[in-house]
This record gives sequence, structure tokens and C-alpha cells, in this order.
Amino acid sequence: MTLSTASSMANSVTWVQEGETESRPPLSLRDVHIVYSSRRGPVQAVRGVSFDLHGGESLALIGESGSGKTTLGLGIVRLLVKTARITQGAIRYRRDGREMDVLALEGPELRRFRWKECAMVFQSALNAFNPVIRIWDQFWDTARAHGWSDRRAVRQKALELLRFVQLDADRVIDAYPHELSGGMRQRVLIALSLLLDPQILILDEPTTALDILTQRTIMDLLRRLKEELHFTMIFISHDLAIAAELADRVATMYAGTVVELGPSEAIFYQPRHPYTLGLIRAVPTVTGGYEELYSIPGSPPDLIDLPSGCKFHPRCPFATERCRKEEPPLEKVGEHHLAACWHWTEVAAELGRTPLHRRTPNA
Amino acid sequence: MAPIIEARHITKTFGRGKEQVVAVDAVSFAIQEGEILCLVGESGCGKSTTGRMIAGLLPPTAGEILFEGRPISQMAPEEYRRYRHAVQIIHQDPYASLNPVQTVQQILVTPLLRHRKVDGPSGARKRALELLEIVDLTPPEDFLNKYPHQLSGGQRQRVSVARALTVEPRFIVADEAVSMVDVSIRVSLLNMLTRLKEEFHVTFLFITHDLALAKYFAWHGRITVMYLGRIVEDGPTPRVIQDPRHPYTQALLSAVPEADPELTRRKRRMELRSADIPSLLALPSGCTFHPRCPYFVEGECDVNVPPLEPISEGGRVACPVRKSEPIQLLA
Repeated sequence: MTLSTASSMANSVTWVQEGETESRPPLSLRDVHIVYSSRRGPVQAVRGVSFDLHGGESLALIGESGSGKTTLGLGIVRLLVKTARITQGAIRYRRDGREMDVLALEGPELRRFRWKECAMVFQSALNAFNPVIRIWDQFWDTARAHGWSDRRAVRQKALELLRFVQLDADRVIDAYPHELSGGMRQRVLIALSLLLDPQILILDEPTTALDILTQRTIMDLLRRLKEELHFTMIFISHDLAIAAELADRVATMYAGTVVELGPSEAIFYQPRHPYTLGLIRAVPTVTGGYEELYSIPGSPPDLIDLPSGCKFHPRCPFATERCRKEEPPLEKVGEHHLAACWHWTEVAAELGRTPLHRRTPNA
Repeated sequence: MAPIIEARHITKTFGRGKEQVVAVDAVSFAIQEGEILCLVGESGCGKSTTGRMIAGLLPPTAGEILFEGRPISQMAPEEYRRYRHAVQIIHQDPYASLNPVQTVQQILVTPLLRHRKVDGPSGARKRALELLEIVDLTPPEDFLNKYPHQLSGGQRQRVSVARALTVEPRFIVADEAVSMVDVSIRVSLLNMLTRLKEEFHVTFLFITHDLALAKYFAWHGRITVMYLGRIVEDGPTPRVIQDPRHPYTQALLSAVPEADPELTRRKRRMELRSADIPSLLALPSGCTFHPRCPYFVEGECDVNVPPLEPISEGGRVACPVRKSEPIQLLA
């Protein structure tokens, strides 16, 4: 794909760019499509995702398995497997007045972008480490690969970061990955991702598979990254709780595309897409008293053989003939709030008739 | 009437000598017919080991499990067989627990014929269709010839449930049975299990690390909280969730993130003295939670193993220091 087609495509995207008066967002995605090739045919994992990530904000990408959220994260840092291709769209990255076309990056430039500008923390903390080298060597290898040569300075910085993530730095730095618990490994991984002072941090399921009390330490750490260090972050998670706790904005993904995007409060209390509403009504709280829960009928679509029209229509209680034929675009449904549903006003009305179960905790 | 299942001081140790791990330490509880008991706790607390012992997959090192008042270690083969049929287990990962080269029909028909629950192959097929209907895999004919890999995670777990039902169990141990399933279909699985309880009077031991799920599934039942092999608290679900008394239960409830921004902001955090969970190989003395507990009393908590004592609000709490002190979970 050439640069010019990418930018012309970006211009053809219709929805409004938020915050045009502020400084330009560090990351902009326009109409990004990612396709995996498979024996059965092309898998449309990401279909036309556009959003801006503003400086210092945390955005949660939520959705179920197969919604395309992890693929999108990998696409942003250009770490997709060989069978995947970004077939369309543009990703632009900005820092200190410079702008780069992420999809055009190659070789050393791409490597610099990956850790120094935009770092990704992967889901499985154990698999992300080389099991036969010590934590210190993981730091040193990373630093060296990015052109550092001062061992002492790197060690100093590594110790500082390990302390920041509340680990016993002097002990942990000489440990092997298997000697650390899951929560400790996750914290080391976060420290490692911060080594090169990236502007953006992408965290894929940062708390999944961790115990509750360990989850809490990770959540608190991420909150400090957000509140004290003002990191710009993307959380990828199937867990609505991490979005509720840490995100300024939430994007719901379904069948490879963003179906709703808005401020966290709006998404949780005034969802306008039936799928977001369905997810919220399917998840219990712990301290919220007794709740009536509802499941979403059916199962997620086959990404090789997607339904016509709106991809959610086979599972949607609001679906009409139009939904079977035309896929709705993201449109404005409130202040900074977008949803892709032909019937979002009906979703609002339904919410008025049957309010969310969780507004009156411990009444 | 005797409880359908009773555990009396069951202990399970793995390994020996210095390497010995006490996975479950003198755990006692009773479950009445038709009840739901949720076993919650973090990894390594012994909840799955307890479930496996109840289901007869693992013999206790010490203590006794009773089925309808009869110790299973003393059962004659015929009686033991009846117990093993009556108590079934559903595992976390249906992909691992279903034979990948068998069709749904084979998965269901084999146990039906093996245990003579039906008359011959045509009866078995008919029964398999009924079972698929019960677990909401409809129309059932569409599923008979499918292999596990052709089904979604939720559908596979439904097949596991149908397989458990082939022997007409009266008691099901569900070990993280919905944890691997996507959020949007979890609730329908839980509702299906609830229906089994109501229509077929199946009693449940539901094991999960997810407090929100435990609350939802066992609202009309009981919750038992385990920590490092011991029960620290149990009681009717609404009491345990809304008025937890053991500092560990309180810590869990205050730490768990909520899928609601306002609720999560209103929660009061509890600071622990240590974030690290002790190794099972070197368990702390006295109350095993004492190195982390904010209410630690020196000379008491690190010396005496706290007894699990009843409280007037319902259930039992293993903390003489705090059992009479309610806390506010929300600000």
C-alpha cells in the first residue's frame, strides 16, 4: 500500500475528528482493515476501525474473543503474524510536532517506533519472557537492541522501574522468569515496556488470569501510570471491570469493528448500541446487590462468512429488515459519543423503560 | 435427613517430607439436597482439590466424605458405584475434557449404553436428543454429528453438561465451568444450570474464582471462602457478600474491580500488609492470613489456628479478632 492511497482514504473518512482545537492526538487510526489468510478463506479480523487517541487518555477496547481487539493492538505496533495483512487504512503517530505514517515504517525506524514510541504489554506474561535468561538480561537485551551501551545506566534505570512497579528490585532483577509469580511477572513486563520512555502503552488483557488481590496491585499500578505519569494508554480486555475502573473512553468492538465509542460514563450508563447494552446486562457486579442478568442470544459471527448488513443483527432484539441489508456507520448519539446502530434511539427508549440493574447498589 | 454430601475434616497433602504441600487442611462442610454451595478463593486455595475429592476423583489423605450420610470409604462396590453416578463433575475447559475424535452422539451414547441407562442404540439416540434439548442445544439433530472443534466454547460446555447428565446425577461439581466462556453467553449457561437445579433437583457445588459469578449463581445459596487450604468464612451468599467478617473475604471484596464506574469509585480499599501470597511449601504459623492481615494481633494470630466459629448473622468465620466487626464496603 502506498502512502498516498492511505492518506486519501483517511480523508474520505467522514466522522468528525474530536478536539481539533487541542494539540493533535498522538495516535490516529483511519479505516483500518486487517485480514488473515486461512485455508477456508480471508478472515476479516478488523474492518474499518477509526479513532483518535488523545494525549494522556486511556481508552479501553472491549469485546469478546474474536472481536478483533488484539489483532488491532498488534496492527498498531506492526507485530502481526505473517498471515495477516493491513489491507486498507492509515495509522498516524505524533510526538513533539513530528508525525509519522506507521504503516510506512520499515527496518530500524519501525523498531524504534515499537518500543520507544509505542510499547505493547502482552497477555501472557510468562510467554513474553525468554525463560532461560534473567530479568536483568531481558532489560539489557532490550536496551542494547535500541542502541544503549551504558550498562550501569541501564541497570540504574531498570532498578528504578522495578521499584516503581513495587517489586523488590534488587532481588527481582537477578531472578529468572519462572521464579516470579504471575503478578510479579506482569509487573516486570510493565516495567520493561517503560524502559525506553514510550509515549503510548498498549496493554492486552493486563489483569486476565491473575488472582483478585494480584489484579488489584496491577490495577493500582496502571492507575499510577495514568494519574502520576500521564501515560497515553490502550487497554484491550474482555473484562468490563477494567474499563469501568481505568478508562476515560471505551470502544466496544464487535466482528472486527468499533460499534460504539464514548466516554466511560456514557458507555456504562447510556449505552446506545444493543451489543454494549447486552454486555452490560450480562455482567454481574459483586457489591451491587441482587441483579437480574440477561445473556445475548446466539454466538459471535464467523469472521470468514460474516452476516450481511449489521454484523450483530442475528443476535439483536432490535433488528429490522434494514439491519439485514445495510451496515450502519458510526454516528453521533451524544456528546463525544458514537454508535453504529440504525435503532439507537430505540435502545435509548428501551433503557428508559427498563433501567440498568446496577444503578442502586446496596439499597 | 442426612445432607447429600458432607465433608468431615478432609485433608489432602501432595508430596512428602520437605516437599509436602497441604492443599486442603481439615475442611468440613455439609450440603443439603437441592442446595447451591459456591466455593470461592484464589489459585492454590484448595477449591479444585476439594471439588475433586467430593467427586471421588481424588481420595482424601485424612478425613471422611459422606454421601447421604454414608462414608464413601466404607461403601461396598455396588453402593460406591451409585455414589459415583450420583456425583458428576464438569471441568473448566470443555475442549480438554471432550474427546476430540468423537462426535457429540458418541460422547453421549457411550456412557448411556455403558451404564445401561437405555435399551439399546435407538433408545440411546433418543435419550441423547433429549439431553441436548435440556442443555439448550436446539434443534438437537443439528448437533449429534458435530465434533467438539465444530462447536463454540459455550456449546462445548453444554455438551459437557449433557454428558454429565447421562448418568442422571443428583449432585454436580462445576469447577470453573463457565470461566472460559465469553461474557455474553455465560449468563445463559448459568441459567441453564439453575434450571437443572429447579427441574431435576440437582444439587450444586460451584467452584469459581469469580466473586461476581458466585454472587449471581448462589444468591439463594451459600458461599464458602477458602484461603491456603482452609475455610476462612462461609454463610448465606447475601450475608457473606454484603457483610463479610473475615479480613480475607473483606480484602477480596474490596479489591475486586466492578463493572460499573460509579460503584468502583465508591469502594473502600483495604490495604494489606503484604501483597505476596505465601508459598504452600512454607505456610505461615497460626492464621495463614496473618502476614498480610491489617488487623494482625501479635501473639494471637501468628500462634493460634483460628477456629471456624458460627456468627449470629449466619455462617461461620475463622477470625476471633474480627468476627463481630462489620465493615463498610462502599463509601
